Amino acid sequence: MNAELGQADSATEPVLEATDLVKHFPIQRGIVVKRTVGRVQAVDGVDLRLHAGQTLGVVGESGCGKSTLAKLLVGLETPTSGSIKVLGREIGNLSSRRIRPVRRDIQLVFQDPYTSLNPRMTVGDIIGEPFEIHPNVVPKRERAGEVKDLLDMVGLSPDHINRYPHQFSGGQRQRIGIARALALRPQVLVCDEPVSALDVSIQGQVINLLKRLQAELGLAYVFIAHDLSVVRHIADEVAVMYLGKVVERGTGPQIYDHPRHPYTQALLSAVPVPDPDLRGHREEIILQGDVPSPINPPSGCRFRTRCWKAEEQCAEVVPTLQVGDNGTHPTACFFAEERDVTHAVK
Amino acid sequence: MSELTVPTGQAEAAQTSLWKDAFRTMRRRPDVILATLILLFVFAMAAFPTLFTDKDPTRCIGREARQRPDTWFTGEHPLGTDAFGCDFAATIVHGTRPTIVLALTVIVATVVAGLLLGVLAGYFGGWLDALISRVLDVFIVIPMLLGAILLLSLFRGRGSSGNLIETIGPAALALMIFSWMEFCRYARAATIEAKNLDYVQAARCLGAKDSRIMFRHILPSAIIPVTAVVPTTIGAIIVTESALAVLGLGVQAPATSWGVLLSKGTEWAGGGYVYLFGIPLSLLILTVFAFAAFGDALRDALDPKLR
Amino acid sequence: MVSTPQVVGDTLPGADLNAPLLEVEDLKVEFRVRGKRVPAVRSASFTLERGRTLAVVGESGSGKSVTSQAVMGILDSPPAYITGGEVRLQGVDLLKQNEETRRTVRGNHIAIVFQDALSALNPLWSVGFQIGELFRVHRGTGRAEAKKRAIELLDLVGIPDAKNRVGHYPHQFSGGMRQRVMIAMALALDPEVLIADEPTTALDVTVQAQIMRLLKSIQEERHMGLILITHDLGVVADVADDVAVMYAGEVVERAGIRDAFKRPAHPYSKALLRAIPRVDTLGQELEVIAGLPPNPASLPTGCPFHPRCKAAEDRCAEEAPPLAAVAEGHTSRCHFAMEVYRDER
Repeated sequence: MNAELGQADSATEPVLEATDLVKHFPIQRGIVVKRTVGRVQAVDGVDLRLHAGQTLGVVGESGCGKSTLAKLLVGLETPTSGSIKVLGREIGNLSSRRIRPVRRDIQLVFQDPYTSLNPRMTVGDIIGEPFEIHPNVVPKRERAGEVKDLLDMVGLSPDHINRYPHQFSGGQRQRIGIARALALRPQVLVCDEPVSALDVSIQGQVINLLKRLQAELGLAYVFIAHDLSVVRHIADEVAVMYLGKVVERGTGPQIYDHPRHPYTQALLSAVPVPDPDLRGHREEIILQGDVPSPINPPSGCRFRTRCWKAEEQCAEVVPTLQVGDNGTHPTACFFAEERDVTHAVK
Repeated sequence: MSELTVPTGQAEAAQTSLWKDAFRTMRRRPDVILATLILLFVFAMAAFPTLFTDKDPTRCIGREARQRPDTWFTGEHPLGTDAFGCDFAATIVHGTRPTIVLALTVIVATVVAGLLLGVLAGYFGGWLDALISRVLDVFIVIPMLLGAILLLSLFRGRGSSGNLIETIGPAALALMIFSWMEFCRYARAATIEAKNLDYVQAARCLGAKDSRIMFRHILPSAIIPVTAVVPTTIGAIIVTESALAVLGLGVQAPATSWGVLLSKGTEWAGGGYVYLFGIPLSLLILTVFAFAAFGDALRDALDPKLR
Repeated sequence: MVSTPQVVGDTLPGADLNAPLLEVEDLKVEFRVRGKRVPAVRSASFTLERGRTLAVVGESGSGKSVTSQAVMGILDSPPAYITGGEVRLQGVDLLKQNEETRRTVRGNHIAIVFQDALSALNPLWSVGFQIGELFRVHRGTGRAEAKKRAIELLDLVGIPDAKNRVGHYPHQFSGGMRQRVMIAMALALDPEVLIADEPTTALDVTVQAQIMRLLKSIQEERHMGLILITHDLGVVADVADDVAVMYAGEVVERAGIRDAFKRPAHPYSKALLRAIPRVDTLGQELEVIAGLPPNPASLPTGCPFHPRCKAAEDRCAEEAPPLAAVAEGHTSRCHFAMEVYRDER
């Protein structure tokens, strides 16, 4: 794979690198004798590369495999094949015992601030738990102070250490989750839809917090979201996923202002813009039907069943990210062509 | 998010904890106060029987047999005498300790064993789950009473020296073997539900070991459904023990228990001596009610969402 | 077979066809939980005309969903009680009607589409049966005729192969298709008012676009009044004619669509517009509304927005501002509405 993300900063070693990542979930029948009747192809050959201080946005609709990708990256799922390197160390096929030290370097921020905190633990216990799991990181007597520093860092009062999660609002809970993820000083934070469960006025607070922490701590983010507007705001580079595959990737302006893949164009045109003057002035691409099942994805290009450009070739050959590159950015489409669907056309 | 839930106050005093809040909520419920009084009374009888009666329950005088308690809690025999002329009040009071010790030992042992097996089966799944679940299936089709009878028949006829362990030991063991299944099932179901929750995933993501995840994160939520079953199981244990007593398989003589009294009382209840049956039964019902009220209130109080 | 309803189809007794289609005036709803009274809606007022789309915008806890349930007459009582105000459908105050009349109003005159179509449909019956049931119960239609009408409706909402799909069960449909089934059910009795309560929040963005386009085209075709309850200002800008912004149980601003976005007259609406990221522009740091939405059980004194408001003065903490007009068809509940409107504050 030669067209990985992060060309801008290729001199330094990437903090996170995934190569040809595949995750298939077998569907099994039978209790005693299990037989595999099919496979959910959740992630199917994804490459990505992330450098320190950068944010990679991953966008796509439900069922595109972006949440499975998040779990693979932080080691909650083991890949069927392919490699994941964190700070140059392979974690893809490590046993759970050997993976433990590497976990410190890559952490996950969850989508749902209501289920991601144990309701029966105090905030101090929740944020302090990483230190108990890795006892040599912070000496015991300094832990309480460290927890307070973390609370302060995410904009919560250190006095809240004895409170329970249910005493906080969604946005505050998300800050607690971020503090927990930061406790072990990771290099990479994988954020799986971190603001989609929050109210509009709170989303901005959390996004700005993530941006500030990135600037202060030099963190790298993988920012997974279905909300393209939010991703535009935080990501340096963007990968668009459809049915387990990356169909297009590039820098923010490349994806948002010069999209080349038909799916990216349909996705962008469907995002409403909060400006009534643009009504009827933006190109509208309404896709027909639903996303096909990842158990039995279409042959060739997986988007062809909903694509208006599809021809015979699309059903027979799987387009690689290079076929539509044309010197601009990687696009997995035989008929890639730039089309501005984001802005108003006069 | 439902807009129908009233948000909990943000500006409450700091320094609070789940257990403190639970205690405060429970203290305000009248049924809890009543249940506490009943349990205190029963435990006091079990611990200090001599505070409640100065009679020896084994000193029975044949000519004083079957005196009805017409004196209303006063006189020589406040609750009358039984079929052999023993003071009935003393018999009940001294029968409390074996009853309560038996019930509590059985319940503690089965809850611990059931929770442990259920959490292990639910957490690890695979062959361990298959094994535990199949064993559970086998045990669950044998009713507690039948199983205990079969098992105890093997040990029949062994005398008792009067020490508590030998008095209740065989019965307790037999009941334990046939009453852990329900707790195991509830714990297994709760574990399977909890192990995919985000906060458990978060702990795993931080590198927590399996033991930590099971005991810190899963067990506390697995206990909640179990608390609902504990009080009724205590009742069932006491009643089963009484059935065993009928067959001479329960608490060994000369000690006595509420179960023994219940089974003896049924013989005379029809003949106009209802008190011999009614008083132990009322005590049993009150005790089970107290445990049930307690368990119910505890479950509500421990659920942060209900507060 | 079925008792003949009082109102069949078209008009409500006492209806004034010249009155606005739906007027909600100073509606108040409170929750009574364990002896405590918590106001969920403190003052909701808006007007909906035929053929127009009114967006009710607010965050969770603002009272927008409770308002729609009160209008629909499907509040859970207890704990929710309507404690004041009027809901007039063509001049008839629905809150004064008996349960029998209100039941016929539901479906015949006002229908609702919920966010979560899966839990709003009964999993045990086929979708065709559930749609047909509406005709059988409300119109006394026969079984075969009801099925035919169900197929027509499924076809109308764009479900391919409606003839076969009519016998399918809710779980056999995808999220977007289920939402279409919900819309078909809402349209069955040809209501004049359709309330869509976060109809696309659970859906993917491409499916959301399909559903919004469908709702819009049906509304225009049938000349219905559409109330769109949402938190997504992008969707509002795309389809609404009028906007009512709710905060802490009150409608704090009402305006036509262009004014609402271009010249907001309430600091909350103004701040909200600046806090949302846009897909077509790349701003730097997002402007943020400090603090949290208030707890309805302990609202701030005066204007409930004043602790988060950049323009607040001492007065805002003391007296609650009235709803004041800043322009034709544009009102705001702010002491400094005119200055905010002119962008001087």
